[in-house]
Amino acid sequence: MTSATVAPTTFAPDPIERRTPPVTQDFTFTDDFFELKAMLKEFCDEVSPEEVVRETMTAGQGYDLSLWRRLGTELGVLGLAVPTELGGDGAGLVFTAGVVEELGAALLCGPVLGTLCLAVPALCALSDRDIQARYLPTLLNGEQVATLAISSPDGTFVADALTVTAENTEGGWRLSGTVEQVIDGIAADIILVPATTSAGTALFAVDRRAEGLQRTALSTLDLTRQQARVKFDSCPAELLAAESEAPEVCTRSLQTALVLMAAEQVGGSQRMLDATVGHVSSRFQFGQPVGAFQSVKHRCANMLVALEQARSAVYHAAWALQDGTDDPKLAASLAHFVASEAYLWISASAIQLHGGLGFTWEGLPHLYFKRATSDGLIFGSAADHLEVVATTAIDTLGRHA
Amino acid sequence: MTSPDSTTTFDSTSIEQLARSVVEANPPSETPLEVLMGAWYDAGLSWVHFPVGLGGLDAPRSLQPVANRVIQAAGGPEPRTVNTIGYGIVAGTIRRYASPDLAGRLLRPLATGEEKWCQLFSEPGAGSDLAGLATRAVRDGDGWRVTGQKVWNSLAHIARWGVLLARTDPDAPKHKGITYFIVDMESAGVDVRPLRQITGRAHFNEVFLEGVYIPDSHRLGDVGAGWIVANSTLGDERTSLGDRVPARGGGAIADAIELWQNRPDRHTAALREKLTRLWIRAETHRLTSDRVRVAAATRETAGPESAITKLVGSELTQHIYEFCMELLGAEGTLIDTYSPDAPDDTSGPTAIQRKYLRSRATTIEGGTSEIQRNVIGERVLKLPQEFRRDKNVPWREVPR
Repeated sequence: MTSATVAPTTFAPDPIERRTPPVTQDFTFTDDFFELKAMLKEFCDEVSPEEVVRETMTAGQGYDLSLWRRLGTELGVLGLAVPTELGGDGAGLVFTAGVVEELGAALLCGPVLGTLCLAVPALCALSDRDIQARYLPTLLNGEQVATLAISSPDGTFVADALTVTAENTEGGWRLSGTVEQVIDGIAADIILVPATTSAGTALFAVDRRAEGLQRTALSTLDLTRQQARVKFDSCPAELLAAESEAPEVCTRSLQTALVLMAAEQVGGSQRMLDATVGHVSSRFQFGQPVGAFQSVKHRCANMLVALEQARSAVYHAAWALQDGTDDPKLAASLAHFVASEAYLWISASAIQLHGGLGFTWEGLPHLYFKRATSDGLIFGSAADHLEVVATTAIDTLGRHA
Repeated sequence: MTSPDSTTTFDSTSIEQLARSVVEANPPSETPLEVLMGAWYDAGLSWVHFPVGLGGLDAPRSLQPVANRVIQAAGGPEPRTVNTIGYGIVAGTIRRYASPDLAGRLLRPLATGEEKWCQLFSEPGAGSDLAGLATRAVRDGDGWRVTGQKVWNSLAHIARWGVLLARTDPDAPKHKGITYFIVDMESAGVDVRPLRQITGRAHFNEVFLEGVYIPDSHRLGDVGAGWIVANSTLGDERTSLGDRVPARGGGAIADAIELWQNRPDRHTAALREKLTRLWIRAETHRLTSDRVRVAAATRETAGPESAITKLVGSELTQHIYEFCMELLGAEGTLIDTYSPDAPDDTSGPTAIQRKYLRSRATTIEGGTSEIQRNVIGERVLKLPQEFRRDKNVPWREVPR
């Protein structure tokens, strides 16, 4: 290191722009973002504390839709990522990620995944403004609830995996088939359904009152998130997107949902870390708080490390989908993989570090452990998203010259 | 050349323009390093957040990478590599604690690499518990006489200057009796002895100090306040070791990717999964470092959260080279040389093997992973401190 090792490189005219991928906007969080999160936290602490979550999740419907309407009207946070010309705020996906993070931290029992993460992004991706104008307003003010009924075992759109077919009859489009697990399928007023037609995949909307629609509530491992089996028996449906458009709409919806679910996983992980730090700081054994012992302290440190890696991946992905700064497929699967592994490990660690209390029904951690398990499986497992990253980032590497 | 004007408000465009004007006037391929880096310093680009006249522009710290990218794109060095310890650890401390005269004397040759720096902190008996150090400094007229032994001192054999922690009050509790000095490594009584590492190289040293005279003007901070001064330096070190995060796919993971591309004969599903997991960790580490940097851009001293990136980066580096060795298979059992005079640990025909060995240091240097987890636990998460036997006990009475 004593002499200059100066390579004879010519001066590049635009060294900054040549760097890929551009990450210039990443992580410049505004004050508005933190104020929004603080407002959501305050709201959730007030209207959906742990006791309310426990009551709601075991009550008949599983969701308190009056809370959902308050989020839509009083707080007005359901349309942050929706462009202004569609009646939203045009604030971008990063802000919605902040909202979903806080709702996930509180385990708020509502149609977060179906409406906010799946249906609204799908509708925003449509080209037909009239359809958007009919469906979006009542979803954004929380009056109505929607979902996407799609079979997607690995979290990506795969036409061959679809289980519903569509037929164009004299009386209009009719859907037949069953989607075994539909998030928020009972609460939904509108069910968006990709279905196989003679020409490919098209996207449809089915009204909750449609004839031939059969919905069966499923008993879920995570009691704070509802699922249903939805059967379409020659069910009348409205065409939202034709074959030329529907696959891209479904892909966009799923990618957005993966990123927002990952934000939810970050929110839940943060709450579990906070609860664990609180517990080990006040629990005395051997004459001192157990958090003073390095075996406990170091596990907490590892929880924070895992959480912060996930947070970085999630907000990078939110920016990527919002501004096109990175490949959305890669960014979404990377975020979902990292957040899935982090949330599961952090909530499992919370159980462990709460000791005997952590295994009880009354203890807080199991609620989050169950959400973590569910989030990490419902739209592809961590292994599925690892595979997406492998095919996108590793298999594409050419043989070195 | 554009002359820095203290009333100018800089943004990334103006910093980039200024940096370009410097490299255009001093093309890196034709300019001696010290001339290039001297022009860089005079333009205020060495540390853009430093004052004008001391290698800075009073500009936001977040703009430094903009300037660094320009000089590197033009074929110049990453400035920090010119004087690793000087840039990473010392400059910020000098700027915060040295008199303007002393800072003016020391910073330019530091920036150009003409005067290398080393750190004289760790001792055989004071590693993780650095504040337990035993090297003594006693008053002698207008200065101090220092006696003791330091260890793990990178670059001490070529350094002109060292930053030193020495005990000035053995009757105070350990943190309160330490003072921070600058040592002229050419002083009488300084004996630098190379120390071979597991790579065979003698990159580190032991430094014996025997009655070394230090003028009081080379003391940084108050007598007994050395720990406070050192902490700002240690924070910088965590940042400097943890934040070298290049573009996606760059850094250590680039070695794994290149090897993967070169060795299709060794591809298996298990190794593919390992590589993917490492790639993901490298990418999230890169993103986290970016996030920490953005968050810290307006802050002066590196915060304790830099312990996260240090911890993650160092363990990741080890795991990457463990993977590379697995990919090499039997070839990994060969190494070109254990010569103490090898130019570095990172090049040559068996560079992977050498980096694999070198990577064992990453979780020790700059604070072990165990200490980093304590820092995260106690200073970030505010967990209760573990019981410490030496707390509020005069240093002299602590068992050692």
